[in-house]
Amino acid sequence: MEKKLVVPHKQKINSDQIFKLGATIAGTFVLAVIVLMVFQLIFESYPIWEKEGLSFVIGTDWNAVEGRESFGALPYILGTLTTAALAMVIGVPLSIGIAMFVSDAPPRIGAPLGFLVELLAAVPSIIYGLWGLYVFREYFKDFIETPLHSAFGDSIWLFSGTPFGLDIFTASIILAIMIIPTVSSVAREVMKAVPQQQKEAAYMLGATKWEMFKLAIFPYSKTGLIGASILGLGRAVGETMAVTMLIGNATGASAIPSSLFKPSQTMSSIIANEFVEASPAGLHLPALIGVGLILLGIAVCINVVAHLLVTRMLKVKEGAINN
Amino acid sequence: MNVNKRQEYRTLFKQNVERRLFVDKIVRLIVISCVIIAIIPLGSILIEVFKNGMAAISIEFLTEVPGSIGSGEGGIGPAIQGTLIVIGMASMIGVPIGVLSGIFLSEFGDNRLAKSVRFFNDVFMEFPSILLGIFAFLVIVLVLGHFSVWAGAFALALIMFPIVARTTEESLKMVPVTYREAGMALGLRHWVVTMRIVIAAAKNGMVTGVLLAVARIGGETAPLIMTILGSSLFFSNFDTPMDALPLRIWRLSLLPYDSAQMQGWGAALVLILIILAINIGVRTLILNKDDTYRFGRMIKEKIGGRK
Repeated sequence: MEKKLVVPHKQKINSDQIFKLGATIAGTFVLAVIVLMVFQLIFESYPIWEKEGLSFVIGTDWNAVEGRESFGALPYILGTLTTAALAMVIGVPLSIGIAMFVSDAPPRIGAPLGFLVELLAAVPSIIYGLWGLYVFREYFKDFIETPLHSAFGDSIWLFSGTPFGLDIFTASIILAIMIIPTVSSVAREVMKAVPQQQKEAAYMLGATKWEMFKLAIFPYSKTGLIGASILGLGRAVGETMAVTMLIGNATGASAIPSSLFKPSQTMSSIIANEFVEASPAGLHLPALIGVGLILLGIAVCINVVAHLLVTRMLKVKEGAINN
Repeated sequence: MNVNKRQEYRTLFKQNVERRLFVDKIVRLIVISCVIIAIIPLGSILIEVFKNGMAAISIEFLTEVPGSIGSGEGGIGPAIQGTLIVIGMASMIGVPIGVLSGIFLSEFGDNRLAKSVRFFNDVFMEFPSILLGIFAFLVIVLVLGHFSVWAGAFALALIMFPIVARTTEESLKMVPVTYREAGMALGLRHWVVTMRIVIAAAKNGMVTGVLLAVARIGGETAPLIMTILGSSLFFSNFDTPMDALPLRIWRLSLLPYDSAQMQGWGAALVLILIILAINIGVRTLILNKDDTYRFGRMIKEKIGGRK
């Protein structure tokens, strides 16, 4: 009798342990992939670090001809940072405006609008690129870039160069459109997390709607809003196809962004453009993988910071509700 | 306080209120124009893609192999087929790993390991997709020595599984603890409870997560460049390069011919129809049911979109 009870019990533990083990392995898969990925990128780009050393990061040459190989990633690092920063400057205020509207509008208007803005996120990058290349670029070149250039081209360095439509400015605007859904949906959640009492307190003091935002919502959700913007920055840094199609794809020293109307290159776009043609035997492929490694480092830093900020903000929200 | 003083205060008060109301109105205007500015690109993209795409679409365009470069003949048959094959294979790899990993996070997620897994899962979700392409290139293409469908599917699976994991976790967490207790009280094993009861209850949310992840990888281009490479032939086997819609659009956009541009729009229309159908379908059919509403909001926010 005793034995009969014990045996099924033992079996139960075993199958459950296998289940738990399987789930744990699947769960740690992501950690394994990240570790393996970092290791692989470092290992495969080792030749370029060995040859160029630090000048790979601060150099500007980019020559893949065998025998005269010389690689410096600085222009692309600058290109990525410039386009991403410009996209932030344009995209973040817009997104916060949208988040203000959607979080405050009655659900009958707010929900469909939020839905529309989220559809922006569903459109694939390549279609943004296509639209940017064939439609947006033409309008942008004729109605914004050319007037700006003729008005300020000689006096302000920012607007010098030739307005051709395939340049940093166009790429940044497309990037700005692409980060709007990310930033605005996170910003909306963060704004909704502000306790109702805070808003009511502001209204009770006689605040108008804008003053309510200033008094109650912005101070309370500051951390989360910064996190949302940084999340958008992360998106902008990693964005590939749309930028590749619009940035003009300069290489070497000429890719250093010196004016809004200059073709440039970002880290992801140079990889997309040259990866398939690079021969694994020479230094070209290690150089591109090295660029990937730098991109990985930047992207991970940005995302870790953003996630820490956003989760901290949303934790505050849970605490506020539970109390 | 004499009458004059009172009158003066009254005017000051009135001016103050008027100024504040004015500022408020301006801010409202700015906020509304933000919304309109964001909707314009969406509208323009949809209109242009439909307008230009419809002109290119025909039965031959959808089923034939691409003609010679610049001729404007042929179609995108291999690209459509390739996209479907690569998505299917990526799902076969990505969904089981994602679901199991979501089960791990939700059912065994109360320890330090799970916390770090959750965090890195979120960070991994935001990795630039081109890096996952490089990774797939290094571990599969370089090892096997040729571009292949496997590599593309692997890269897309890497994009997919963190999304599936996160949505699975959230939908499993929504299942009331009493369901689990009821199962336990019947003497069922933990894994039986999870697989038969909890997953059955969380089915809607999980399906949503998987479909949105599929929509997301369907539009991915960057990781496909260095894995499946592109080709103009129909699928023959898994060890050869293959075409995909986003790749085809990219290649067409690099050509200087008007006919290529038109074909690009046609391919874009097919791609956007597939993706929007999944997105809108999921969001209106599944997410708007009451029990999944809160969860749906969370998914939309988590997936956001991508690259």
